[in-house]
Amino acid sequence: MPAATDAPPPAVLIEVRGLVNRFGSQVVHDGVEMAVNEGEVFGIVGGSGSGKSVLLRTILGLQRPQAGEVRLYGRDLTQLSAAELRQMKARYGVTFQAGALFSSLTVQQNVQLPMLEHLELPPQALDELALLKVRLVGLPVEAAAKYPAQLSGGMIKRAALARALALDPQLLFLDEPTSGLDPISAAAFDDLLLGLQRELKLTVVMITHDLDTIFRTCNRVGVIVDRKMITDSVPAIASNPHPWIQAYFHGTRAARFLGTS
Amino acid sequence: MYVESATQDGVLQVQLHGHWRGTAVRAIEAELAALPLESAREVQVRAQGVESMDLAGGWLLRELAQRATAAGAALRYVDAMPEPLRLVAKTLGESDEPSIAPAVDEEFRPVSALGRRVVDRWRGFVAGIAFIGEVTLSVLRAFTRPRAWRPASIARHVYDTGITAVPIVALIAFLISVIIAYMGAQQLLKFGADIFVVDLVTVGVLRELGVLLTAIIVAGRSGSAFAAEIGAMRLNEEVDALKATGVDPIEVLVIPRALGLIIALPLLTVISDAVGLAGGALLCRWLLEMPFIQYFQRMDEAIGDMTFWVGIIKAPVFALLIAISGVYRGMQVRGSSRELGRLTTVAVVQSIFLVILADALFAVVFMELDI
Repeated sequence: MPAATDAPPPAVLIEVRGLVNRFGSQVVHDGVEMAVNEGEVFGIVGGSGSGKSVLLRTILGLQRPQAGEVRLYGRDLTQLSAAELRQMKARYGVTFQAGALFSSLTVQQNVQLPMLEHLELPPQALDELALLKVRLVGLPVEAAAKYPAQLSGGMIKRAALARALALDPQLLFLDEPTSGLDPISAAAFDDLLLGLQRELKLTVVMITHDLDTIFRTCNRVGVIVDRKMITDSVPAIASNPHPWIQAYFHGTRAARFLGTS
Repeated sequence: MYVESATQDGVLQVQLHGHWRGTAVRAIEAELAALPLESAREVQVRAQGVESMDLAGGWLLRELAQRATAAGAALRYVDAMPEPLRLVAKTLGESDEPSIAPAVDEEFRPVSALGRRVVDRWRGFVAGIAFIGEVTLSVLRAFTRPRAWRPASIARHVYDTGITAVPIVALIAFLISVIIAYMGAQQLLKFGADIFVVDLVTVGVLRELGVLLTAIIVAGRSGSAFAAEIGAMRLNEEVDALKATGVDPIEVLVIPRALGLIIALPLLTVISDAVGLAGGALLCRWLLEMPFIQYFQRMDEAIGDMTFWVGIIKAPVFALLIAISGVYRGMQVRGSSRELGRLTTVAVVQSIFLVILADALFAVVFMELDI
């Protein structure tokens, strides 16, 4: 991460402007604008099929947009060379929806994989740093030697988080981090995330459907509606007049958070 | 330079500088290792000069503290303790508990390893028998319910395992009979017995090679496909979904595949036989300048009453062995995609082995029966 030694990073870590994504004749994004400031937790919300995952993949540099620009740490992803893009990928961590842990590797080896790829570490440091990350996400030491197939859903989410934190990134992307968890595990995951975010000074972007998670962890929310994004702070977004947003934040499931119905 | 040190009255003064990050672990570790901790009774660390530090940096400082303690020197931070070190210490705990996970590989114990293998094999054998029993029961049940035969599904498997395999089966049959005719001709020409090349090709292809090679190709193509398809369905919980819907997975997944292959393999064998004989004819025409009419006359004489049937009767048996090992291994998949790959390999190796074993048994039986 030599770029990390440059001048202090800009206050806006992620900037998306005029983003257009199209698959054949189907337009997914048509002018999405999004900005994420350093140190905040930003939630991305949208109906099924509204292109949340496509947006995430575009920001990660896994997919080229048809038009528009995506800036990470102030640099336009579409202008980066392959080597620069590789370096950029060492500066963020990602967890995917189903964990996407490598099933042929133990948890510890999963965490070590990014380290082996991007850092030159002596073997002892490699082992101990991986275990540090495993402990950091609240997994017991014994879990480090297990294979993903031996883990419960909650442990898989935590192990995926440990792998995302392997290179100590400042920026963390989470795709539905609490989906498939029971409410207690989900709340524990939210607390873990908030604690880590505070201690490691992380900037977090997460896709989520979980209203509990949004109200508990997010500073701001971006809602994808009509192929664009509407962004606002958590309390303010709920009063946005857009019908989908109204339905989302004032449906029966949301009533208990806002005291409305 | 990440570390600067000076010793004064047995007090080691350490100044930290720069970016203490994962990328610099090797360099920082080397500099820390050079610190003269043994000669110091106290270590004073100043971390103000550090520009940035991640958890790898914090871990290095924890290592330093442990080494200082081990060397009998008291370590303290003159200014504030760096945040990452605090977090690392909090996470790993102050105690020197075993920070290395228990080793994955077990101790070498030959006797218990052998015992475990024997037990595993025995259980595998019993499970295999149980599976065959289950399939038999499902087949018997299917006789009482005509709906259970699912002709559309069977037709799909005949197409997938049979019709799409025609080009490769024909090509292999052609090449093998050409090779046999060529090798045979080279030897038999020495005795002026080149007419017997026809006998060699005819009997060899019809009795053994046609059906055996076809079965091996089909094992590689369809045995693996059966295992992978059903294995992926298991990983996706589709098999459980079938059971929960009250549908017998053996009835919808196993029987159509087995029946489809039992229909397809004999038909493929006929094609393979025909192409093999034609290949022999072409080679004799080119290499031995034997007219086609002579080749076919001789072929007619070489084929006995049973020569063709001895080959073709084996095809349905081979088909059943291939289908059963493919679907059985597929059904065993659980947990991870790694299992899927392993069991697909097992399915192919096992079905080829079973085919060759069955072929050997057939050879013995036919010899005893004098056919």
